[in-house]
Amino acid sequence: MRTTVAGKKGGARDREGNLTFQWISGILLTIGGIFFLLPFFWMVLSSFKPESEIVQIPPTFWPATFTTYNFSYLFENMNFGVYLKNTLIIVLFSFGGLMLNALAGFGFAKYDFKGRNGLFVLVLATMMIPSQVTMIPVYLILNSLGLTNTMTGIVLPGLVGAFAIFLFRQFMSTIPTELLEATRLDGASEYRIFLQIALPISKPILAVQAILTFIAGWNSFLWPLIIANDESLYTLSVGLSLLKGQYAANFGLQMAGATFMVAPVIVLFTYFQKHIIENFTISGLK
Amino acid sequence: MKGFMNRQAPYFFIAPTLLLLTLFSIVPIVVALVISFTDMDLRGLANWDRVSFIGFENYVEVLKDPVFLKAILNTLFYVAIGVPLVILFSLTIALLINLGTSRIFKAFRVVYYLPSVTNIVAVAVVWSYLYNPALGLFNYLLNSVGLPDVPWLTEPTIAKLSLILLAIWKAIGLNMIIFIAALQGIPKTYYEAAQLDGANTWQQVTSITIPMLRFAIFFVSITTMIGWLQFFEEPFVMTEGGPLDGTLSVALFIYQNGFKFNNFGYAAAGSFVLFVCIIAVTLVQLRLQKNESDMT
Repeated sequence: MRTTVAGKKGGARDREGNLTFQWISGILLTIGGIFFLLPFFWMVLSSFKPESEIVQIPPTFWPATFTTYNFSYLFENMNFGVYLKNTLIIVLFSFGGLMLNALAGFGFAKYDFKGRNGLFVLVLATMMIPSQVTMIPVYLILNSLGLTNTMTGIVLPGLVGAFAIFLFRQFMSTIPTELLEATRLDGASEYRIFLQIALPISKPILAVQAILTFIAGWNSFLWPLIIANDESLYTLSVGLSLLKGQYAANFGLQMAGATFMVAPVIVLFTYFQKHIIENFTISGLK
Repeated sequence: MKGFMNRQAPYFFIAPTLLLLTLFSIVPIVVALVISFTDMDLRGLANWDRVSFIGFENYVEVLKDPVFLKAILNTLFYVAIGVPLVILFSLTIALLINLGTSRIFKAFRVVYYLPSVTNIVAVAVVWSYLYNPALGLFNYLLNSVGLPDVPWLTEPTIAKLSLILLAIWKAIGLNMIIFIAALQGIPKTYYEAAQLDGANTWQQVTSITIPMLRFAIFFVSITTMIGWLQFFEEPFVMTEGGPLDGTLSVALFIYQNGFKFNNFGYAAAGSFVLFVCIIAVTLVQLRLQKNESDMT
């Protein structure tokens, strides 16, 4: 990946100037990066400190006494186990939603049917509607369907999304129509064409969407907050905001809750970052 | 029969998503508009007979409500300060990363993108601790270099700036990636030609990169502005709109009136005022962009 500007430059002075520039920008980015990561470091380190060390002034950077008490407290004395279960259920359902998005993307990409363009514009238009406007009516609609305070009610409003449909459509438009035609002549049904041809070809976008869907489901906050009245339906983020209110002064506990929420996402994202960022780059260019 | 099934197939494919989008995006717009002209509240929720049309009363009242007006001013403050800073920082970081030749620069993409994927509640909890007046890291760091305490979340104007700082930290990543994508789309030959003419890095950035990024900058500014007009989670989790409504945003005002005070009709009227503002801002931006591209 060394397609460098410097490499193509003539003249020793230019190269020297460029090297200085590289160092300066590297140092600037490092300083900025330390500030960017500082909240995360502080969160993780504090979550392993006992209460007595948290309130100590001056604060210790590295935990002097290392304890996992805060984490076990979350699960033993608070309902973080239940919140975790609910969050995972939401994640599971959002994967179902992901399949629906892919299906719709395929329908819009590879079929010519009456009203296609109009309906697609309608789908895109829903992206512009702010959630503050739909928040109250969606609550009223779910209430009249008897779905408030149920898992179904929490999952349904965010199940499908216009942006994902758009990305799937963009990607699936590139599948050669002849390939689909040939499979059709072999007697495959449209559903089998989707499952056995379109989905496998769309693996790159599917993988990225799966990671983003996991992150979105894991982080889901607004709908669980509005729809769930019972603590037994709370997700991790709703539980964490409850914790912040109930244990306002117990920062060790709060940091443990935050670490528990953030760490899996950081690990997952760092592991898959290449695919996510590069795919973003590709779909952004189109 | 099979031919019939195949012709119907696309409708079956799009039907589930279309149904859900209609039910949870399009129908709600109509419902919101209708209830904004009623006195819908918790009693109305139990018994629809208790709901009556009151015309424009909600709109008249919400536009006279000093709390709503304060929320509008706060939101404008967030947009006016936050949006330019987000664009400036994400563009600068994208440029520095893109001009970097060493492998280490790729790692910076992850570092700056991380805050974007983390949970807003968790992040707000962490920043509340950092901002804590007695035990927070920020005041400790300031004191250790001889500076006085800053009332991060207790003074209305500074509290707004503190929330903006957090929101910028969280917003830079995604926009930086959009800029990097756009930067990589600029043909290398342009730079090579400029180098032959003896242009230095700074000249190349100002006369090739920035003009070529015009569309990306437009895209980022319009989406960022729409996003910041809906500023919600940061004040919701960190300050609940306080101190003295100093951090209350329009979106939080709507949420509180809807789900804390159960004045659904009143909140719906407020949400339509916000919606109209968002549409107006978008149209103005589109017009500006059109004029600019007409000129060149």
